[in-house]
Amino acid sequence: MGRRQIYLDYNATTPLHPEVKKTLTEAMELFGNPSSLHGFGREARRRVEEAREEVAAFLNATADEIIFVGSGSEANNTVLSIFACPSGHCMCHRQGAKDILTTAIEHPCILETARCLGDRGVNVSYLGVDRYGKIDLEDLAAKITDTTGLVSVMTANNEIGTIQDIKEAARITHRLGALFHTDAVQAVGRIPVDVRKLDVDFLTLSGHKMYGPKGIGALYVKKGISFCPLIRGGHQERGRRAGTENTLGIIGLGKAVEMRLREMDEERKRLKALRATLIKGIEERIPDITFNGHPTDCLPNTVNVSCDGAEGEAILLYLDLEGIAVSTGSACASGSLDPSHVLLATGVSAEAAHGSVRLSLGRDTTMKDIEYVIDVMPGVIQKIRDMSTGYTKKEAA
Amino acid sequence: MNEQPGWAYTDRVKDHFMNPRNILRDEDAFQADGRGTVGNIKCGDQMEFFIKVDRQKETILESRWRTYGCASAIASTSILSEMVKGMPLTEAYRLSPKDIAGRLGGLPEHKIHCSVLGDKALRAAIDDYYVKNGMAERVKTKKARLVCQCMNVTDLEIEQAVLEGARTYYELQERTKLGTVCGQCRDEATGVLNEYITKHFSGS
Repeated sequence: MGRRQIYLDYNATTPLHPEVKKTLTEAMELFGNPSSLHGFGREARRRVEEAREEVAAFLNATADEIIFVGSGSEANNTVLSIFACPSGHCMCHRQGAKDILTTAIEHPCILETARCLGDRGVNVSYLGVDRYGKIDLEDLAAKITDTTGLVSVMTANNEIGTIQDIKEAARITHRLGALFHTDAVQAVGRIPVDVRKLDVDFLTLSGHKMYGPKGIGALYVKKGISFCPLIRGGHQERGRRAGTENTLGIIGLGKAVEMRLREMDEERKRLKALRATLIKGIEERIPDITFNGHPTDCLPNTVNVSCDGAEGEAILLYLDLEGIAVSTGSACASGSLDPSHVLLATGVSAEAAHGSVRLSLGRDTTMKDIEYVIDVMPGVIQKIRDMSTGYTKKEAA
Repeated sequence: MNEQPGWAYTDRVKDHFMNPRNILRDEDAFQADGRGTVGNIKCGDQMEFFIKVDRQKETILESRWRTYGCASAIASTSILSEMVKGMPLTEAYRLSPKDIAGRLGGLPEHKIHCSVLGDKALRAAIDDYYVKNGMAERVKTKKARLVCQCMNVTDLEIEQAVLEGARTYYELQERTKLGTVCGQCRDEATGVLNEYITKHFSGS
């Protein structure tokens, strides 16, 4: 059909920025081990450290506060695991408080790690969120106790785009004597993130969410904060993450960050306008829908909408057949039985969670794409509702 | 992307998903002799099945349906509506999830429960017809049998757990809490577990 292909799943992953692709292609020749002392090694080391400078500058950190890791998930696992360090045998051992407080809407790489640490003797507690996905800062203050070692709150949510007040959350956490981590995988590269202004102790970012390569992430660890590696057995990353550096990934991430520095502000404004158009179009042309997420404190690229009487996987697949790529919080699509834990945490009904779709925009999204979606989506929803038990019932009621 | 790579579904599923047959558009016009509803929107799928019966021959003349659910739920109900056309009620009553999934050319394992709803909805519709026509004695309600006395878990709950992915005794325990008190039902539960794994997932 030669149909158009519209990618609206940038929160899942992003394509490489053309400049990143170019840099990577050239860097393919580079094979030296950054730990080697000879010329090959020194060249690789130079490129790795350049990238580290880029990432540090982007976050307003210093280079020695940046650890390159294999993914955002690894960074998050690393941070949480510090607090499960069981005894004084380990040099890193942090005296005292080791309990973890996090939120109900974190990514599974936080939630499942926390649950696992719970089995290993760490007390884990969770903050709920309001219907827009915001944590309550008073609740945060109330839940931090003498035994709380770490508070981990994501900067922006991957499913609904809600942005938390990280600066205030970190301030409260520090006042009460705990350390603060934020999973900023969806935020870094989309909105300004400054670790000094936010005053966080740990921050996670990922390359492939900002037009960089997959398989590379970075963890910011504030200078002077005790640390315990997750992967041991090498001096790389100053002993904080063993394993020969993923030089290509690191170089790609460095370039991606450099491009973000140049393009992010412009893109943010552009996406905000596209997002507003998309929301308005859906609102006007599809009845019985609800938007999920915060109306204003939200990523400039994320729209999450629940459609009454239509199941998310069916919506996703019909849109896919029309050339539109989205994702859903429906259980059916994930292979699990439960719909999105994020949406359920915001208090929406299981039905609304099953009927949710997420459209996430990015640098290649055009107004034409948005117009096409607004054109096609109402028909898709109507088709599903026409055969649905749920929707007919609602009309009759 | 030319041909939708990596569709987890067969072409049959895709065809029935894209072009669903026999959707109930107008309930009053169809005048069903029996109707059945199963599932729950909260759980992500719900199906309604409507049949018209040839009372002399005791066969299904025609059927219609409505489904809230994913692609495999929609495709399962759609193909079921074709399968039962002209089928004797007694035969239709015995259709299994495997029969439906088989006609679709197979479903991914975690989607089997979608086809389960299809055959249940059909049976509910036939039951409805029987009851309305003075043949209530033909209704075969499946009676649950208690397997774990301590935690009050039945064989039907084990079946449900299998359909939802439990394959080992341990997974069964995780889902149903069965055998977590005295543990005496372990052998029986394992037997029932294997029975349902064979019923729903082996061969086809």
